[in-house]
Amino acid sequence: MMVHYNEMFEGEAVREPYARLSEWVRTMPEDFRQMKQAEAEALFRRIGITFAVYGEGGDPDRLIPFDMMPRVFEQAEWRRLERGIKQRARALNAFLRDVYGRGEIIRAGRIPARLVYQNEAYEKAVAGFVPPRGVYSHIIGIDLVRTAKDEFFVLEDNCRTPSGVSYMLENREIMMRMFPQLFRKNHIEPVDQYPELLRRTLESVAPAKCQGRPTCVILTPGHFNSAYYEHSFLANLMGLELVEGADLFVDGEFVYMRTTQGPKRVDVIYRRIDDPFLDPLCFRPDSMLGVPGLMDVYRSGGVSICSAPGAGVADDKAIYTFVPEMIRFYLGEEPLLNNVRTWTLWKDDDYRYVMANLPDLVVKEVHGSGGYGMLVGPKAGKEEIETFRKKIEANPSNYIAQPTLALSTCPTFVEEGIAPRHVDLRPFCLCGDRIELVPGGLTRVALREGSLVVNSSQGGGVKDTWVLSE
Amino acid sequence: MKLRISHETTYGYDQPIRNLVQSLRLTPSVFEGQKTHDWRIEIPGGIRGPGFRDGAGDWVEGWTLRGPAEEVSVRISGHVETRDTAGVLRGHREMIHPLAYLRSTHATTPDKALREAAMSLKTTGDHLELAHGLSALIAGTIAFRPGVTETHTTAAEAFALGEGVCQDHAHALITVARLRELPARYVSGYLHSTADGQAHEAAHAWAEIHVGNLGWVGFDAANRCCPDERYVRLGSGLDASDAAPIRGVAMGTGTERLAIRVQVEEMEQ
Repeated sequence: MMVHYNEMFEGEAVREPYARLSEWVRTMPEDFRQMKQAEAEALFRRIGITFAVYGEGGDPDRLIPFDMMPRVFEQAEWRRLERGIKQRARALNAFLRDVYGRGEIIRAGRIPARLVYQNEAYEKAVAGFVPPRGVYSHIIGIDLVRTAKDEFFVLEDNCRTPSGVSYMLENREIMMRMFPQLFRKNHIEPVDQYPELLRRTLESVAPAKCQGRPTCVILTPGHFNSAYYEHSFLANLMGLELVEGADLFVDGEFVYMRTTQGPKRVDVIYRRIDDPFLDPLCFRPDSMLGVPGLMDVYRSGGVSICSAPGAGVADDKAIYTFVPEMIRFYLGEEPLLNNVRTWTLWKDDDYRYVMANLPDLVVKEVHGSGGYGMLVGPKAGKEEIETFRKKIEANPSNYIAQPTLALSTCPTFVEEGIAPRHVDLRPFCLCGDRIELVPGGLTRVALREGSLVVNSSQGGGVKDTWVLSE
Repeated sequence: MKLRISHETTYGYDQPIRNLVQSLRLTPSVFEGQKTHDWRIEIPGGIRGPGFRDGAGDWVEGWTLRGPAEEVSVRISGHVETRDTAGVLRGHREMIHPLAYLRSTHATTPDKALREAAMSLKTTGDHLELAHGLSALIAGTIAFRPGVTETHTTAAEAFALGEGVCQDHAHALITVARLRELPARYVSGYLHSTADGQAHEAAHAWAEIHVGNLGWVGFDAANRCCPDERYVRLGSGLDASDAAPIRGVAMGTGTERLAIRVQVEEMEQ
């Protein structure tokens, strides 16, 4: 039986950061809890935040369950995490700059050339082009799990357009509205500076040709996109225009936005559409979502695109295994955050090991997401394992395997009161002229008892994440 | 050879168009085999946008035209001094790793027949020999015949048909080369005359295959040769669409008519 670390306890005793919360829960009358839960749901419905997290698809109108019990980090814990996250963010951007430049890490034999240059996410169209400040990924979502008091693992990096930050902000907002007294009693570091920091980050990577204060916009695929709410939410908070491809056009050397006062030059585009759709003259010719000619303006330094096209080559599951190597190679440091031991099934030794140990392992598709197409060995029946074995045999290089991690739990409100449920964490690291990280992130919680899958499409919910001040 | 080139592409619209945006790869490459003089790109009524050399070494130029316009002409003129480098792209500066040219695209997705053909060649392990063999194989399978294929014909379709034009030869050769793990790409350009001295009055295309120490080497399966001083290289890509000398879109509802005139003449000494 696997032992799961419960973040609230140290032995039998409640840990210091949870002391006040524990008291709060213990003395909370049942009817008060139910009333508050209903209130929280009503608030979420009213603001309309119902989209699926992380582009998982599913019903866009479904509400993601919100758990009122916050997850808490003490200051020292968070500082350690913060250093590890920022270190990783620096290495990922150094890697991108390298593989679109001279490829030193490949010449040095640290990463196989094929994994990079034959990667679907590698965009040869931007080879040799260095974006402002050498930053490619401006918002990096790093998914973390905890297995012991001082043991965290990175599950994956998201260097393209990670979503979910609106939940981080809304969860806090709603908690503060419903339980103001909790925020008086506990000293909790704020997260509401995130939009301002994001805006500053975007402005800091404006192209050299920009005159005066940079004009930044958010480019969305439109209201049918599952994260549209987040796009408009962030645009509002930052005071930026939310635009679709048809609102922008290229004229001469620059990109302009159509406004009621006439065309306005755009300097920085925070795009929430994928590379293949950005510009029909450079990528998919049938794309209706992008801006024709955008890539030529970008590559000649007339506009910045965040994240840079091609940034995705840093975050797929095959490249992931090399991130610790990147940290050593570019920064000359030892990684502060651990990777999960990963077996790549296209290697013979790994293949044999994995096939012999399926009941103990988690097997994932290299390009899969959303908790689909994956096998959780210890939770699967014999039949499920055998079916999956056949899938792997048919196409081994499509899979990686990892040990089943003993994910930590946090106390969570359930039907019967309060019970431990498994959690993960996605902090959002900002990279521009500086590297910034607001203290907190999005905590997802697997609401089904014993479940290790926190994805909202598979019964996951969200929690407010607290970092206590000293 | 000293070649004088003039190339005019005219788009006619039955309903006026607006907001035309084009990305042009219409400037001769810089390498030991060619030197360019007095090169002019003009689009009457258009605005010259950004120009830059991309990672593949191609000069890319954006143009926009606000319109309304019923006709748009892209006019190219200039001359190029060429030298035979036996097909080798020597002295060409580029930033893209050859392995990035191993991925297949829609037009270059292999089918069973292409797979079998690619694997039928035995080799001593010499990549150059293999590349020549593949080029001869494509030349022998696809007969040159204009009018039977069109822009969207894939390598597999042309190979099955056994007939096609230079685009089809290039696509098929790229596909089989990649199957043999040789990075390969599509090249667009001009050709002065075919080997029998016949003037060539259209834009031309061929393939480049990356072979070990030599780097990129051109192969023109349609003409059973490697590019020499009769060839002018413009730019490259994963397939014809990726390497297209002109990519553009415009706002409009009407239909488009296309007229192309290409002249490649040898200049008096």
